[in-house]
Amino acid sequence: MKILVCISKSPDTTSKIAFTEGNTKFDENGVQYIVNPYDEWYALVRALELKETLGGNVTIITVGNAADEAIIRKALAIGADDAVRIDADPKDAYFTASQIAKYAKDNSFDIVLTGKETINYNGSQVAGMIAEELDMPFISLATKLDLNGTTATIEREVMGGVQVVEVNTPFVASCAKGMAEQRIPNMRGIMAARTKPLTVIPVTNNEEYTAYASYSMPEAKTACKMISPDNMDELVSLLHNEAKVI
Amino acid sequence: MATDLYVHPDYYNLDDLLTEEHIMIRDAARAWVKKEVSPIIDEHYEKATFPKHLLKGLGEIGAFGPYIPEEYGGPGLDQISYGLIMQELERCDSGLRSTASVQSSLVMYPIWKYGSEEQKQKYLPKLATGEFMGCFGLTEPDHGSNPGGMITNFKDAGDGENVILNGAKMWISNAPFADIAVVWAKDETGRIHGIVVERGMEGFSTPEMHGKLSLRASSTGELIFVNVKVPKKNILPGRTGLGAPLSCLDSARFGIAWGALGAAMDCYDQALRYCKERTQFGVPIGSFQLQQKKLAEMITEITKAQLLTFRLGQLRNAGKATSAQISMAKRNNCEIALNIAREARQIHGAMGITSEYSMMRHMANLESVVTYEGTHDIHLLITGMDVTGIPAFTREMSESK
Repeated sequence: MKILVCISKSPDTTSKIAFTEGNTKFDENGVQYIVNPYDEWYALVRALELKETLGGNVTIITVGNAADEAIIRKALAIGADDAVRIDADPKDAYFTASQIAKYAKDNSFDIVLTGKETINYNGSQVAGMIAEELDMPFISLATKLDLNGTTATIEREVMGGVQVVEVNTPFVASCAKGMAEQRIPNMRGIMAARTKPLTVIPVTNNEEYTAYASYSMPEAKTACKMISPDNMDELVSLLHNEAKVI
Repeated sequence: MATDLYVHPDYYNLDDLLTEEHIMIRDAARAWVKKEVSPIIDEHYEKATFPKHLLKGLGEIGAFGPYIPEEYGGPGLDQISYGLIMQELERCDSGLRSTASVQSSLVMYPIWKYGSEEQKQKYLPKLATGEFMGCFGLTEPDHGSNPGGMITNFKDAGDGENVILNGAKMWISNAPFADIAVVWAKDETGRIHGIVVERGMEGFSTPEMHGKLSLRASSTGELIFVNVKVPKKNILPGRTGLGAPLSCLDSARFGIAWGALGAAMDCYDQALRYCKERTQFGVPIGSFQLQQKKLAEMITEITKAQLLTFRLGQLRNAGKATSAQISMAKRNNCEIALNIAREARQIHGAMGITSEYSMMRHMANLESVVTYEGTHDIHLLITGMDVTGIPAFTREMSESK
């Protein structure tokens, strides 16, 4: 069983968010990056669990620059066997997906897993685009994944319930909460990560279809207004005229 | 305790001085502590029980002998990694760090440095995983700051193979559950040797000490030796004299310097958060000058201590840190941690005395930390001696009339 897990970096959740260059670029100054939690906790850990029961190999892949090797080492410390870094600053979802798809096509994997989205850009696009490029089935927002031979049974949350999907390998799935439990790298894993192979490969496709025009911060939280329970008229009036939600 | 939201303060961007691996080791230790220890530590503290189920996890995160080479089952990390792990553990509880630093610096270190190849192979790999736990017997009921006055001793058993050990050690962390004890005792000529005593040897007992109002989640006991027959091959051959146990204390005090700073950082982190959340007179209490003064002084002391500690780590990595330099860091960091715990408690008002927050527990724990492994005053005298060249530890008493 050959599994490819796509990982992305995300700012640590305690990072201060700011923008530079006329609000067109995320300000990375002082930002600590972590492995995007959906990629790490769910996609990677489930891939490792499958490998532990069925045998095989788990490769992680990211599109990023040399500074991103810290998150790669962490994923290797958690248990991935080897890593690939496509040497580029990722531009947009298609740019990222097309790089990964090219590598995946050349190295034929049984399963390609991603997190359901990154916690910074929340795009949820890369996995679907990889599937399209590879001409493989795509299952989004998977919360459970079991494999029997070459058939996978995947659960995904739908409005008011759970949908069960069956799909044959090879396929692409994006993983959501419930898929697995977070694993903390242990010292043995951290030591082993020092010598696990990390291959750096050049960009294969420089197409960009989108550009970020600007970023802005959400409005600052304002103080809470307390309204007496017997003053419904004022509540309705404020919701209608001030908050403009009804 | 409420959800553990800890984020370490890094006012001078000291993370930039750490390697990628240092950060991974620290973050893994922190994630493990938040998941496994923070939710249960208060209950163990209140009941004065040691969370023994954590030993395996401590081994897995590398808390037992991080600098022990791989050939003996350790991860072979540097001294800064050791410091960072101790910092993360004590950030949660000094008792947890005590267990790990005793195992690392006071049990594994002497076996690694002064043990025979056979002793290293026998003990170190099992100590690294936590399968074996160890303790360190130096302090005696009547010999604390003056360990050289110890009365615990051994004599040749006359059978060619064993020695007979007699005496008692007190205030020994990990003693009640330890599988082995590295005991310091005098031979017939009065020379101090390290000797490994194993649980089960006849005449060896480890009664637990009760009534501690500090380090309650750590297990402390006595070591009592009544004609214990110990094989001569258990004597550490590599070094004799008081310098041998004192070198172990250098390693342990180095870990304490990092650990106490961790406790200080935890108190500051909570106080800062509380200052922004708690409102009085309609504004956050962090907008009052007196609270800002407390916070500003705390982060200043923490930043100074971080720089001191990191530099000490570099010196220790290079094998150049002196005992006196380690004393200064241990003394300084314990003192600032105690002061910061008290100030952080004040910021929290009455809430600060509850187990909802950790500073009261840190404060009580740090009263032990400031005393053990060289008291606050003894470390001051070490610095005094180092700068003047004149020891002031003892003096002759004039004969009373």
